[in-house]
Amino acid sequence: MGLLTADIECRQAVELVSDYLDGALPRRQRRRLERHLAHCDHCSAYLEQLRVSIELTGTVEPEALDDDTVEGLVDLFRRYRTDEP
Amino acid sequence: MDDAALIERMLAGDERAFVEIVRRYDDVLVRLARTHVGSEATARDVAQETWVAVLRGLDRFEGRSSFKTWLLRICANRAKSVGAREHRSVPVDPTETGPTVASSRFDESGMWRDPPVPFTELVEGRIASADVVSEIRRTIDGLHDPARTVVTLRDVEGLSTGEVAELLGLTEANVRVILHRGRARVRAALEAMTEGGRRWDS
Repeated sequence: MGLLTADIECRQAVELVSDYLDGALPRRQRRRLERHLAHCDHCSAYLEQLRVSIELTGTVEPEALDDDTVEGLVDLFRRYRTDEP
Repeated sequence: MDDAALIERMLAGDERAFVEIVRRYDDVLVRLARTHVGSEATARDVAQETWVAVLRGLDRFEGRSSFKTWLLRICANRAKSVGAREHRSVPVDPTETGPTVASSRFDESGMWRDPPVPFTELVEGRIASADVVSEIRRTIDGLHDPARTVVTLRDVEGLSTGEVAELLGLTEANVRVILHRGRARVRAALEAMTEGGRRWDS
């Protein structure tokens, strides 16, 4: 095991980063991971890539609706929202 | 225009506002329902019923929660009862275990042998963002349920882990594990694109 990375390996670190980004790691595990990251450029890069991936996932738009579905829903709207007394 | 403004317009009878809301959320409703029920067709029915319930209940929506939360809860409740009638429960993804990064990328001591390929092309915009987004969508669509829905609700729709757990009837711990695996797949897909880009450049 590495000198400064003490008790955590890269192989383990990559399994913790998602929870880390969500602030969901228990304190001790978080400290161990942070200690590892401070000395491991590759795992820091991995963490940053996961962060970028999540950010880009947030830009995914919903699938376009087909015209029939839209038409059907507009009919519903007319039935429930405009014909009501 | 944000949801609240669209709801105002819907209440005033503006059907274009409703169409916009549907465009935003129909996809996620079908996806959420699909996790609880046995077929795509049933999931579409549940989504449709959800819209009817929304139109009927809109006047009673008081804005205490966000519209999105309200909408997704209506859908989840309906989908859960249909799923229960089908004797179906949300799978907990038991097929997915083991490391999320291939063991071959680490040496015997567990340190990187084949480290992450830099996302340079991606970050510098040398890969078209439309391509990146469609690759992410493809990757998410390729995930098994409930991973597909977990990643969609959490990272596309931006719900909290707790909300996702509630909508799917899973524990938060479970959601986190599933999310972790799904996110690792998205990262790996983007890394593969970057590698492709690098080969293309050279």
